[in-house]
Amino acid sequence: MSQIRIRRGKLRPARVAKYAFLVLASFLSAFPFYWMLVSATNSNQAIMEMRMFPGANLIENWKTLTAGYALGTAFLNSLRNATVTTVCALFISSLAGYGFVVYRDKYKNLVMSLLMLSMMVPAAATLIPMFRMFSRMGLNNSLLGVMLPSVATAFLIFMFRQGTQSFPDAIIQAARIDGLGELRIFLQMYMPIMKPTYAAAATVTFMNAWNAYLWPLVILQSPDQITMPMLISNTMNVYVVDYGMVMLAVSICTIPTLVLFFALQRSFVEGILGSVK
Amino acid sequence: MTTTQPKPLRKSKGLMHHINRVGWLFILPAVALILVLCFYPMIEAFILSLQKGKGNNLSWNGLNNYTRLFKDKVYLQAVQNTFFYLIIQVPIMLGIALLLASMLNDKTLRFKGIFRTLIFLPCATSLVSCSIIFKQLFSPSGLVNTLLLTWGWISEPYPFLTEATSARIIIIVTMLWRWTGYNMIFYLAGLQNIDYQVYEAARIDGASAVQQFTKITVPLLKPIILMTTVLSTNGTLQLFDEVRNMTNGGPNNATTTISTYIYKLSFEQVPQFGYASALAYTIFIMVAILALIQMKVGDKQ
Repeated sequence: MSQIRIRRGKLRPARVAKYAFLVLASFLSAFPFYWMLVSATNSNQAIMEMRMFPGANLIENWKTLTAGYALGTAFLNSLRNATVTTVCALFISSLAGYGFVVYRDKYKNLVMSLLMLSMMVPAAATLIPMFRMFSRMGLNNSLLGVMLPSVATAFLIFMFRQGTQSFPDAIIQAARIDGLGELRIFLQMYMPIMKPTYAAAATVTFMNAWNAYLWPLVILQSPDQITMPMLISNTMNVYVVDYGMVMLAVSICTIPTLVLFFALQRSFVEGILGSVK
Repeated sequence: MTTTQPKPLRKSKGLMHHINRVGWLFILPAVALILVLCFYPMIEAFILSLQKGKGNNLSWNGLNNYTRLFKDKVYLQAVQNTFFYLIIQVPIMLGIALLLASMLNDKTLRFKGIFRTLIFLPCATSLVSCSIIFKQLFSPSGLVNTLLLTWGWISEPYPFLTEATSARIIIIVTMLWRWTGYNMIFYLAGLQNIDYQVYEAARIDGASAVQQFTKITVPLLKPIILMTTVLSTNGTLQLFDEVRNMTNGGPNNATTTISTYIYKLSFEQVPQFGYASALAYTIFIMVAILALIQMKVGDKQ
């Protein structure tokens, strides 16, 4: 204890510098959010005049936004795409992650290493063949088309594989003795017990799907399939940008993930770290 | 390997064999999807890269697409830009992330949770959202210009996003904002595995904060630093969302990346799928080579 006290006294300037750096970093990280939210309630003119406080133009911005852009369609499309992608991705990837651990043999280990290689394949490199393949199969402008590439990812499988290693084998053995089938063991024993891993994987997958831009832009070209990131990108494609309206659109796109982030911060962090542990 | 298969009884050997075969059904859907949606397209991209023509009218072209790359000024500019982003952004980002993580890994620090949450916050935004926010901040009538004008530091708005060098720097700033906290989280998790007493002992031995950082933190985090370097390199080589939404490659291709050029060639003009695939393949080759180099360097130290 006395050690710490001495150190504190000695290093006062260093400590002050440390706090200053952290405060600065926190401010720079958070300020653009504040600016986005405040600007959503201000007129373009007020934003140009650097108004830093909430204004009274929110309803006006909302009217301009909904009159010019299919906000409801985009929001519901994004919600649908992200939700269905998350459910399917979690099921297929956890099934595989479980399979790789519970039914381990040397061939499956080999297959797993092969799958890990797919993490090195940049999405930009497979964009064109995927687009051509999906067009041939008639998957343009469809939910299946937009979600399929994110349903089975080496990252998620790896995450579930790591999680499964702490799953007690005794439960599986006991269930087998009770005569439960292999799939039912997975559905009825594994899934409920592994809730924390599912929560973490769901948070990351949902956010990625909600925020996805390049692949949806390529595969969803029909206006009725527009997503939120595509919509906010469109609001900028005019000669004179109405930033009040744009920032409202950006806020509407960001608030769901922001809320999710605050609610499930721990899961989110665990999800990202799924690959390190 | 923490889970071990229970030793099967003599009688149940056949049963275990059967069960392990059932296991293939569990991994089949995922394996099939990754084969079809990742490995097969890599093969098709290579075949496409040997063809020429517009739209779906393709004919064999040998390696001509690849030789054409070396004469394509836009491509060379895109490669140069991509490496500019990579060389400047990745080291700065990982450096700041490491510094922040080691600052937050201090038991006596107050408001640790608040700092961590705020710095990590930008990860919740989509890349398109943060591109648009930063485009506003640095536009001629945006916040930064207005501030600089008010303070009298400049006499007329500075065209941050329409001047080549500053446009590149603003794109880097945007990426730094979005990804620094993300990488910090990896380092914080890694630091949690280092016994805090190591630092206490170093302090008693008179090691300065800088020495603790270079002699303890960095060497012990090496595997995680390596991983974040590979991931960030991979991401930056594919940079698309920010450039498309902030400058659309301009001014005069000064900010174009390989990905935005691929998109232009394939989806904005009459599609040149063959040539664009050759371009795409070069990203793959760069990712592979850089990952190999980084792993070699990481192993040596």
